Amino acid sequence: MIEGILIGLNTALSLKNILMVVMGCFFGTIIGMLPGLGPMTAIALMIPITYGFDPATGLILMAGVYYGAVFGGSTSSILINAPGIPGTVATSFDGYPMAQQGKAGKALAIAAYSSFAGGTIAAIFLLFAAPSLSKISLSFRSPDYFALMILGLTAVAAFSSKGQFLKAMMMAVLGLMLACVGQDTLSDIPRFTFNNMNLSDGISFVLVVMATFAMSEALTIILRGTDPSSAAKAISLKELGSIKLDKDETKKTLKTIPRSSVIGFIVGVLPGAGSTIASFLAYGMERNFVNKEEKEKFGKGSVHGLAAPETANNAACSGSFVPLLTLGIPGSGTTAVMLGALLGFGIQPGPRLYMTNPEIFWSVIMSMYIGMVILLILNLPLIPYIARILAVPRTFLIPMILFFSVTGIYLMSFNTFDIFLMIGIAVVATGLRLYKFPMPPLILAFVLGGLMEENLRRSLLISDGSFNFLWDRPLTAIILAFTILIFSWQSYISLKSK
Amino acid sequence: MKISSVKIISLLFFVLSAFYLYTANQIQVFAFDVNSPFNAKTFPIYLGYAGMFFAGLQILLPEKSVEKVNHKVLDYKKVIYLVIIMIFYGLTILKVGFFLSTSIFLLLSYYFLGERRWKLMLIFSFPFVAVFMFLLHGALNIYLRDPLLKYLGIIG
Repeated sequence: MIEGILIGLNTALSLKNILMVVMGCFFGTIIGMLPGLGPMTAIALMIPITYGFDPATGLILMAGVYYGAVFGGSTSSILINAPGIPGTVATSFDGYPMAQQGKAGKALAIAAYSSFAGGTIAAIFLLFAAPSLSKISLSFRSPDYFALMILGLTAVAAFSSKGQFLKAMMMAVLGLMLACVGQDTLSDIPRFTFNNMNLSDGISFVLVVMATFAMSEALTIILRGTDPSSAAKAISLKELGSIKLDKDETKKTLKTIPRSSVIGFIVGVLPGAGSTIASFLAYGMERNFVNKEEKEKFGKGSVHGLAAPETANNAACSGSFVPLLTLGIPGSGTTAVMLGALLGFGIQPGPRLYMTNPEIFWSVIMSMYIGMVILLILNLPLIPYIARILAVPRTFLIPMILFFSVTGIYLMSFNTFDIFLMIGIAVVATGLRLYKFPMPPLILAFVLGGLMEENLRRSLLISDGSFNFLWDRPLTAIILAFTILIFSWQSYISLKSK
Repeated sequence: MKISSVKIISLLFFVLSAFYLYTANQIQVFAFDVNSPFNAKTFPIYLGYAGMFFAGLQILLPEKSVEKVNHKVLDYKKVIYLVIIMIFYGLTILKVGFFLSTSIFLLLSYYFLGERRWKLMLIFSFPFVAVFMFLLHGALNIYLRDPLLKYLGIIG
């Protein structure tokens, strides 16, 4: 492990990679502050740029964007009660009341320290958990992987969209359907290409991500007539006050951080759960941990109430890298985008990544620490200035997002067919968004489609066409049992509420 | 049973899945693969059934709360304009070249979104694209086809 850490440090501490972390954190903070544009959009816009770099640098940049977006989301939650991303909704419960009491600077500082500590502690957990899990996951066979992917999709569908389970499952199936377009990987037989040569290589992952996130989010903003940059304008005008914490506030923050880090990390590791559930769970748990007097302060500017969700959502971000790096199966929409980008580099994350590409594995973990430090020292004092840069009118912001989306896909293929396909998918996705059809399950399914078919193929061929492989191995059966449990629970909730 | 927009979308998805299933069955596999436990059409067939299953459930089960979208407040006009501009951009990018088509795309997008500060609009179109192209060429070494700039002798 020491050797791995040194390899990781060597890669992560190169000037280029430090610059990437700084850029990623900065860009992520900007996008994260804009309500409606989350980390997935930020990462999607970054993918075409990362193809100019080596895989480690590309992944480091994307990880920086991820953390930056979560931090940026907290800033708008605290200062103007407009969470940039769902993972920071719980932050606004106590962060915004603190800001209203004239303690905006302190609230931001608590959020920054908690995020830093949560992310760092979770990165330490990741440091120990990932290699051990990698070794365990080497014993996984095709049926286990297939079952795990079904579990991942079901979990993301169940948790990413509250009360929209069937819609989410439909989106997951649509993602898998899109993944099947193009030549079959084994026989090279064209499928769903309708004799169009442009589709014979399949639909590009970047195209689908750009269309369903960056482009459709931009179109949704125009359709709804909202102005995301108004949030930034409001932030830039806000008086922050002192960012220094007193003894009592420091003590309270320090008390909250360890328990919320553990909750955040565990929830982050679970497929589908992610930072939103982690932050709400940590907030609720923290309310139970504190004494009666502190309990009454919750919702009115409690330090515990602010530190808990902030610690947990960043810890969950680090935790979500565990299934990606060790099993090659992303647990959330954001890590699914990262997996897609890695596959684009020709790298298959999974248990062997630890051995075949140790520099990627370790440098990502090491860059997390660097990212946390950068977020702390760079973003905290610079928030009003970053917001000022961001306060561009939407009449300029939206065309820029569309420009980067179209140009991004054009620069990858130099094929105008891809532009038209992207516009078509974006228009459909915009319509689906209006009726609350969630997009993360579609992306996750699209990324996992090829791997899922491959593992089902192997499993069925080994078992001679019998579906016994689903319960022959205890591990497969256990994973499937969890899937059935989630499915039954979601169906029960839906039927009960109806 | 209420016929909501979500149910209509689900019905469309059901039809799409049925068409997908039909197309999956039409996939020509190799003769030696026809009776194989798994061939090129196996997975798509399962997906077709899965799509019909979930869409069918969404159609049949009653809705907890009908998703209401107030179409009157939605700005369809601007979205349609933007989509048309993007299609126009896609049609011209190869023929006219990256520089001119992108600059015009940006300029038109700003205009249709309601921007009228011409000085800013011009700065964030032509010079912006020029700097972007310079970065692509200079920093990332990505060649962009541009017949106009080639004709003018600006790029090789």
